[in-house]
Amino acid sequence: MITAWRSIGGVRWGWFIAFALVLLLWPLVYDTHTATVLLIWALFALSLGLMWGYAGILSFGHSAYFGLGAYVYAIASVNIGESTLPLILAIIMPAMVAAVIGAMMFYGRISDVYMGVITLVVSLIMFKFMNATAGDQYAIGDARLGGFNGMPGFPTLNVPGAPHISLWGVPMYYVCAVSLLLCYLLCRWILARSFGRVLLGIRENESRCELLGYNVPAVKTAIFTISAAMAGLSGCYFANWAEIVTPSVFSLQTSSDVIIWTMVGGVGTLIGPILGAMALGMVKLLLGQQTLINNFLVFGFILIVVVLAMPSGVIPAVQNWWNRRGRRSRSPSNGGRARRRLTVKPAELP
Amino acid sequence: MDYAGVVFLEIIYMIAFLVLSSAGLAIVFGMMRVINLAHGEFVMLGGYTTLMCYKAGINIYFAMLVVAPIVVGLIGLIVERLIIRFLYGRMIDTMLATWGLSLFLIGAVTMIFGSSAVNVPTPIPGYALGSYQMGGYNLFIIFVAIAVVVGLWLILRYTRVGLIARGAMQNAAVASSLGYNPKTVYMITFTVGAALSGLAGGVLAPLTGLLPTSGGAYIAKAFITIVTGGAAVIAGTLSSSVIFGVISQVVSFASTPVIGEIAMLALAIVLLRLMPQGITGRFFKNST
Repeated sequence: MITAWRSIGGVRWGWFIAFALVLLLWPLVYDTHTATVLLIWALFALSLGLMWGYAGILSFGHSAYFGLGAYVYAIASVNIGESTLPLILAIIMPAMVAAVIGAMMFYGRISDVYMGVITLVVSLIMFKFMNATAGDQYAIGDARLGGFNGMPGFPTLNVPGAPHISLWGVPMYYVCAVSLLLCYLLCRWILARSFGRVLLGIRENESRCELLGYNVPAVKTAIFTISAAMAGLSGCYFANWAEIVTPSVFSLQTSSDVIIWTMVGGVGTLIGPILGAMALGMVKLLLGQQTLINNFLVFGFILIVVVLAMPSGVIPAVQNWWNRRGRRSRSPSNGGRARRRLTVKPAELP
Repeated sequence: MDYAGVVFLEIIYMIAFLVLSSAGLAIVFGMMRVINLAHGEFVMLGGYTTLMCYKAGINIYFAMLVVAPIVVGLIGLIVERLIIRFLYGRMIDTMLATWGLSLFLIGAVTMIFGSSAVNVPTPIPGYALGSYQMGGYNLFIIFVAIAVVVGLWLILRYTRVGLIARGAMQNAAVASSLGYNPKTVYMITFTVGAALSGLAGGVLAPLTGLLPTSGGAYIAKAFITIVTGGAAVIAGTLSSSVIFGVISQVVSFASTPVIGEIAMLALAIVLLRLMPQGITGRFFKNST
């Protein structure tokens, strides 16, 4: 058991437990409903952060998998009537779609820009299609897709095997919190394995990895699939939180939101996207309550400033500052330790 | 027979629409390898400029053909000086920053003009083609698109400015060693690209209507058109516009416009998979 835990490299357990405690106690001081959606967005940003920060794959249309998770859950739960199987399908379906699209892109050796186009176009296709499904003929089983108005009134999460015990409100919050923590550990575990090392290698130098004999397209397809599965899970929770699924889950705004959260939090870290999504998600909700300043204006401005002034994001910048501070204060007494800490690359920090 | 004429004109119109709305992006991408994700918002700003001028009593043709390109060109110049010039060579960062710019412009326009749709009146009345009523303004758009393509081709092919531009496009290092500062070339290119986007916005505004978010309708189409077209500005944009225009309209007539658009986007994915260098990366290699 202990070795199993140790094999999750790079987790600072002190910080992890502190974060878990904060999540445990958060509903006592903050509105649970709001906190839940912030955690859902954090999970979504984590999925992009894993792929973008560690494999260097940026999806301009990650909303495709988020939305797919939401729609698959809604359609399946209407037809099945309880939530366990729909939840699993909401993870598997986006993963399968991503595996097909990822394999097409990565085995085709498509460069960054073209990949940006393809990911964006996939999300647009889904957005346009879902907007056009208003008629009665667009139904899967008992589930009418509803077009622009979306799908309301599907069964929300329940305890597995007990459809009458619904998970709503505070239990829903804890489901999301535990899922977020487990996904974080899953990411750490993936990155600590040799698979994760190959990912970092691909990010740094793709052709060198290829020449060393690694199957680069397969590895990239795999991480794209894992990321899409995680995005699908967050989309499924989002559907449960909102109790309605509309085509806006596929929109450009959803994609740009998650890119901004990840970018501002810090690409190349896992905690960065989580904290970025939670902080900026809070800002987004606050801005939504007033009409004086448009939130597009604010987030666009933030994205421009971060790209120009702080391309690595806030968390790595803070870590660098902390490490420099640590070196100055510790170097007389404990130079060795300070130097060792400095050799840790930002990418390997939590 | 009339129906065939309608379909034919609609296909030509769609091609003209694609050429016009992606010309600005194509110049910037072809010459600077910069993807400007705020392109759709430049088009949208061109539309709003035309609307403002029209409301102020300025002749609408003067507004869309002269004022809109100048205003949006100046905005492009400011954007290049403040944002783009720091990011040359960093493609993904440029895409992210211009995406931020696109959101910023949507927000700014929403705060100034409100979020409701506004219309610019169509200055040319419709005409009857057999039993079908056609928009006369579509013909004007086709005419403007032809003028833009021919004008660009003449400038690139036969003027000194065009020669410098093509030189900088082929090999920036050689161009700069011959005394043409690439930074200046890039600055002018971006401004011209923005001005063309403004022209497109002004000309297309009476047909499409205006919303702060209407840039989103252009960016995806323009994006796939130029990327599928490849490096050669004119040949690439023309060839991919023809392909996408034909497919989207034929499928639209056979089913619904939404399916037509989806078919166009799906075709773009397939084409990019088959020709990652774009159409002109494989065919018409020595064209401009």
